[in-house]
Amino acid sequence: MAQLSIDEELIRKPKTKNAFVRFAKQLDIQMMVLPALLLIIVFSYIPMYGVLMAFQDYSIFKGFMASEWVGLKHFEMFFNSPEFFKVMRNTVIISLLKFCIGFPAPIVLALMLNEVKNMMFKRLVQTVSYLPHFMSWVIVAGLIMSMLSTDNGSVNILLEKMNFIEEPINFLSLPEMFWSILVSTGVWKEIGFGSIVYLAAIASIDPSMYEAASMDGASKFKQIFLITLPSIMPVVLIFMILAIGNLLNAGFEDILLLAVNPVLRDVSDVIDTYVYRVGIQSSRYSYATAVGLFKAVISVGLLTMANYLARRAGSSLW
Amino acid sequence: MIRLSFGDRVMTVTIYIILTLLAFMTFYPFWNALVISFNAGIDTAMGGVTFWPRAWTLENYGIVFKDERLVGAFFVSIARTVVGTVASILFTAILAYGISKKELMGRKFYMILCIITMYFSGGLIPSFLLIRELHLMNTFWVFIIPSLISVWNMIIFRTFFQGLPAGLEESAKIDGSGNWGIFFRIVVPLSGPVIATLSLFTAVFHWNDWFGPSIYITNEKLLPIQTMLKQILNSNIVSDQMSQLDSAAQGQMAKMRTVTSKSLSMATMMVATIPIIMVYPFVQKYFVKGVLVGSLKE
Repeated sequence: MAQLSIDEELIRKPKTKNAFVRFAKQLDIQMMVLPALLLIIVFSYIPMYGVLMAFQDYSIFKGFMASEWVGLKHFEMFFNSPEFFKVMRNTVIISLLKFCIGFPAPIVLALMLNEVKNMMFKRLVQTVSYLPHFMSWVIVAGLIMSMLSTDNGSVNILLEKMNFIEEPINFLSLPEMFWSILVSTGVWKEIGFGSIVYLAAIASIDPSMYEAASMDGASKFKQIFLITLPSIMPVVLIFMILAIGNLLNAGFEDILLLAVNPVLRDVSDVIDTYVYRVGIQSSRYSYATAVGLFKAVISVGLLTMANYLARRAGSSLW
Repeated sequence: MIRLSFGDRVMTVTIYIILTLLAFMTFYPFWNALVISFNAGIDTAMGGVTFWPRAWTLENYGIVFKDERLVGAFFVSIARTVVGTVASILFTAILAYGISKKELMGRKFYMILCIITMYFSGGLIPSFLLIRELHLMNTFWVFIIPSLISVWNMIIFRTFFQGLPAGLEESAKIDGSGNWGIFFRIVVPLSGPVIATLSLFTAVFHWNDWFGPSIYITNEKLLPIQTMLKQILNSNIVSDQMSQLDSAAQGQMAKMRTVTSKSLSMATMMVATIPIIMVYPFVQKYFVKGVLVGSLKE
């Protein structure tokens, strides 16, 4: 009976049994696929293999093949370095802040947009809030710097007008403000775009549920918590799993661009920026690769764990 | 019609207020940067320029467009966006069409090979060393070749191609067309909307990429506008703190007394933003569909 599962194509043309002949016959399709796959192998798989240099003392002169193997030396070096604690602390705190604030924010926005019955207003808010997503981080960072600057920065102008401060504050040189600025900037950039999937999920809810609920006298507020939220829970959960997998991506472009001032180094250095700094700027290739690999391993672990938990909770959540 | 209760009305009003504030907070930074770019720099430095230019001028833009480095960077960005988008969409669509063919030998294996790259990558350093080994540093091709194939786009293309009516291809086959002929003469003309959507996304990616060039390009003539802008903004911060301008800017300052590094960088920023604003209506028309296609594929 197992024979029945053979590809239909084969049953129709039983003559061409020889794989080699079959391959030659479909050479035109293979030629559509193979050059592209070669590119993928070169630009994705060779770097994956290159990760092994985390266990080497890579030297540009000897090359990858001839460099000396040193085992876990670079990992030990990272764990014992004075930077380790600082980098890990910043990574964990920043990513947790981003997760706790940045993840629910688009859901809240979608719930609010869903209550807006004036279509003109709804479209206006959507159009404006999606815009920052399409701007590069350079532009966004430039706007934030301009807003917060001491030289005609609008935030300082506003605070001075309201008499909260006497002198303009140089926000981007205050380590204690940096995490708030970073997290707010991230929310500002992505809240609108992130809400699209949730709005789509909300749109597919059966409207008769709301009718029944309002017949029973449920307030709008109650309907949000008893109908809308439970209905979009599956989508929320999928995105939560993905977000947990990305938990150690505390940020890279945003931190590189916003933490220009060296006084921020103590609060802004995360794993990714540290890899960039020691790898690209100081050319300590093997060490930086080891740090990056350490992060990737934890990320995969987190993703697997989140997926496992979601699967176990699956039946009880919806 | 059910009358809204008091609580419901309070909630509705609160939501409208919050959303208005949100829209304002999102829009205002763009508007303010635009205003500053049209305001005389010296005047801006005195503070208080918010919603409308106080000392209207086109001088900032005049200097930006006279600066050969910036104009060059602008054209590098345009060239890279056009070539990169066309090449990437073409190569990715061809791959997707091949993989959409059921009779393709090794189809499953090819697909797995592609999908793994969506979850794992070698990371920054091995990729950087590879680009260097391939002698792509400081070439225009470093913008194009590494991002030629987008697996994400490939999957969207493939799904679309699989949905095309099989009869069309059958009849073309009877007329003697090969697979390449069918692809270019039948499949591509039928794929207008999906090509448009994915091209827009790819173009936005190419236009916005600043990090790649910042590590792969040291030749100033090849820097795209975003990377150039980043350097300008950073020097701006330094000058903010040390009131120090680089010599080129100082030369310009001597000639034109009204511009400052801030007004200049805002004008540059607007120039780097305009192409995105121009395609934004089209992006918006298509992207909801694009995002949905993507998320349904989970």
